Amino acid sequence: MLSKQPIDVVVFPGSNCDHDAFDIIGRMMGHPVTEVWHQADDIGNAAAVILPGGFSYGDYLRSGAVARFAPVMDSVVDFAKNGGPVLGICNGFQILTEAGMLPGVLMRNSGLRFICREIYLRVERDDTIFTRRYIKGQVLKIPIAHNEGNFYLPEDQLDELEANNQVVFRYCDRKGNVTPEANPNGAARNIAGIINREGNVMGMMPHPERRSDPLLGKPDGADLFRSLVDHVNGR
Amino acid sequence: MKARVSIRLKSAILDPQGKTVQQALQQMGYSDVSSVRIGKLVELEVGGNDPIEVRTKVEEFSRKLLTNPLMETFEIELVRDVV
Repeated sequence: MLSKQPIDVVVFPGSNCDHDAFDIIGRMMGHPVTEVWHQADDIGNAAAVILPGGFSYGDYLRSGAVARFAPVMDSVVDFAKNGGPVLGICNGFQILTEAGMLPGVLMRNSGLRFICREIYLRVERDDTIFTRRYIKGQVLKIPIAHNEGNFYLPEDQLDELEANNQVVFRYCDRKGNVTPEANPNGAARNIAGIINREGNVMGMMPHPERRSDPLLGKPDGADLFRSLVDHVNGR
Repeated sequence: MKARVSIRLKSAILDPQGKTVQQALQQMGYSDVSSVRIGKLVELEVGGNDPIEVRTKVEEFSRKLLTNPLMETFEIELVRDVV
């Protein structure tokens, strides 16, 4: 039975991957999807929330720093506290860290360049509500497009993150080896995506929504959205 | 009252931007520049004349919005309006 509750895509001024996420959930996955403006008071009866990629508020001050104070965010924080699934992609990940919903910070790429290209990702967790359709160790080819993707946490907190098994994706080579050469932006321990301890809030720098429609190549990102849609439908 | 918030990257954080500028300076012949760190300066006009109140307020929003305590530190300087 299909859940009537929509998956919400929050739109900030400067979001630019909101339509991609909307299209994948609605047209490809056939699940109800709603766009929610950043000035909205709440997210309604959402089954899940996606914070999309882009450059909210021009990335002024720090990426995600201004967006986390958008009126809609109080409701997103409450939703997550009550166990609601929240996925942050790229700028969405930056917003989640700024809001304290995920640990760490995404700093300027170590090479100082904006990077827009396809990279390889190794799936580190296949037991989350976002990645159940993948297999641990699977290598995905998915694009990145960011200037601030250099994940940072002090060493002791990184150890804690790893001990709690919160790393979901790492940058790797095409064979799945996690090497310094495969790290595009200087991210600590090649970390590309993490999840909170409770397992309902995930952030990632790569863009699975840009690799979900077979028209755009091998749709390695689709199973992420399929996992989420399965979850909200109680499957 | 005017307030200036100087924001610096923590010393443990690599500053690729500063490094690039340092290398450029060396190429220009300033070979004795051994370190460059780049921060931010935020200048504000804040209501109120009690420096303690103003400082408390500026500190509060510097922590919440202007800086990310994981990677940055800040200093506040208040400048009283000349009446």
